[in-house]
Amino acid sequence: MSKLFVARDSRVAARSLDGEMMIMSGRDSTLFTLNRTATLLWQAADGVTPLDEIVERRICVEFEVDPSVALQDAESLARELANHEILQVSKEPILQKSAGASR
Amino acid sequence: MPELAAELETLALVIEIGEMPVRVKTNDPAFHHMLSDRYAGFVTASEHAEIEFNVDLLAPRAGDPDADVCATQRAGRWSLTRGDFSAEWEPDSRRGWIRQSANPYSIDSVLRIVHTLVLAKKGGFLLHSASAIRNGKAVLFAGVSGAGKTTISRLAPSDVTLLTDEISYVRRRSDGYVAFGTPFAGELAKIGENVSAPIAAVYLLAQGPENHIDAVSPSEAVRSLLSNILFFAEDEDLVRAAFDSAFEFVSRVLVSRLTFLPDSRVWELIR
Repeated sequence: MSKLFVARDSRVAARSLDGEMMIMSGRDSTLFTLNRTATLLWQAADGVTPLDEIVERRICVEFEVDPSVALQDAESLARELANHEILQVSKEPILQKSAGASR
Repeated sequence: MPELAAELETLALVIEIGEMPVRVKTNDPAFHHMLSDRYAGFVTASEHAEIEFNVDLLAPRAGDPDADVCATQRAGRWSLTRGDFSAEWEPDSRRGWIRQSANPYSIDSVLRIVHTLVLAKKGGFLLHSASAIRNGKAVLFAGVSGAGKTTISRLAPSDVTLLTDEISYVRRRSDGYVAFGTPFAGELAKIGENVSAPIAAVYLLAQGPENHIDAVSPSEAVRSLLSNILFFAEDEDLVRAAFDSAFEFVSRVLVSRLTFLPDSRVWELIR
């Protein structure tokens, strides 16, 4: 099974407040609030760490979930965030000049 | 041809909202008169203007004033269009033009858009909210149409100075935020007083069976603020600026939820 890589889109503004990650699309100013799982994925999405490693090291550590189920859910989530153009998904590492600012 | 030169004499007036004077020039005396009336209280005798617009009046046409505004920036020049007007503005030269029919609503929209663009660069914004001054402090009442902005404005007691019942003008200062009166009126159809005061609080409006104020989380405050900030441009830098401004504002100004009955007792909670 090929690996997937995820990276924060550089065209968004993002900040964490009260444990909630809030992201605004620079394209159409839509505001997203991520849940805990999506926040973990977002924060770890550096473009070079494979998604399965993110799931294993960040999500499975935080939640008691079966790794294969968690990976499947994480892939669905990553593609959903990609549809909103706040995350990039690729089968190759994603090299960016600067990832989306995340405070 | 001296007669023709006299006919084309340019008339100008300076409309100053939120300490930003904008000069509007037109050849049409009736339009000039209409603007003078429309912005009474915000027209200054000052020669200084930060922005200057030439207005070219067109014959009335069936442009849709309810259409979405399109504000785009290209090569340092802003293009602003809606069904009933088109305009361009170049921030570097501080000059621009507006093409519209002789009505007050189109230029009113252009002014709102230009103010949002200028404020965004300075940490300020226009907010869908009523605002008023009481005891030297400004309070804002935010909400979408029907939330009660006009109602709470109408219920204000005599010691309250109304800044607007529709669009609040918020500027950032080194020690906090200041609200200014605006001529942008809502259903009350009454322009605000041209005064300002430091902002003490923002209330997110809700209507209910009794009057009470409840705390909201910072994240809810930011979400509510962002949903009420006027935003026109599809521009990544300005999106980031507005996003950061909302967080900065919430870190400095108390935001609460005000549930109220539509009677004047609600103002007993606003001191």
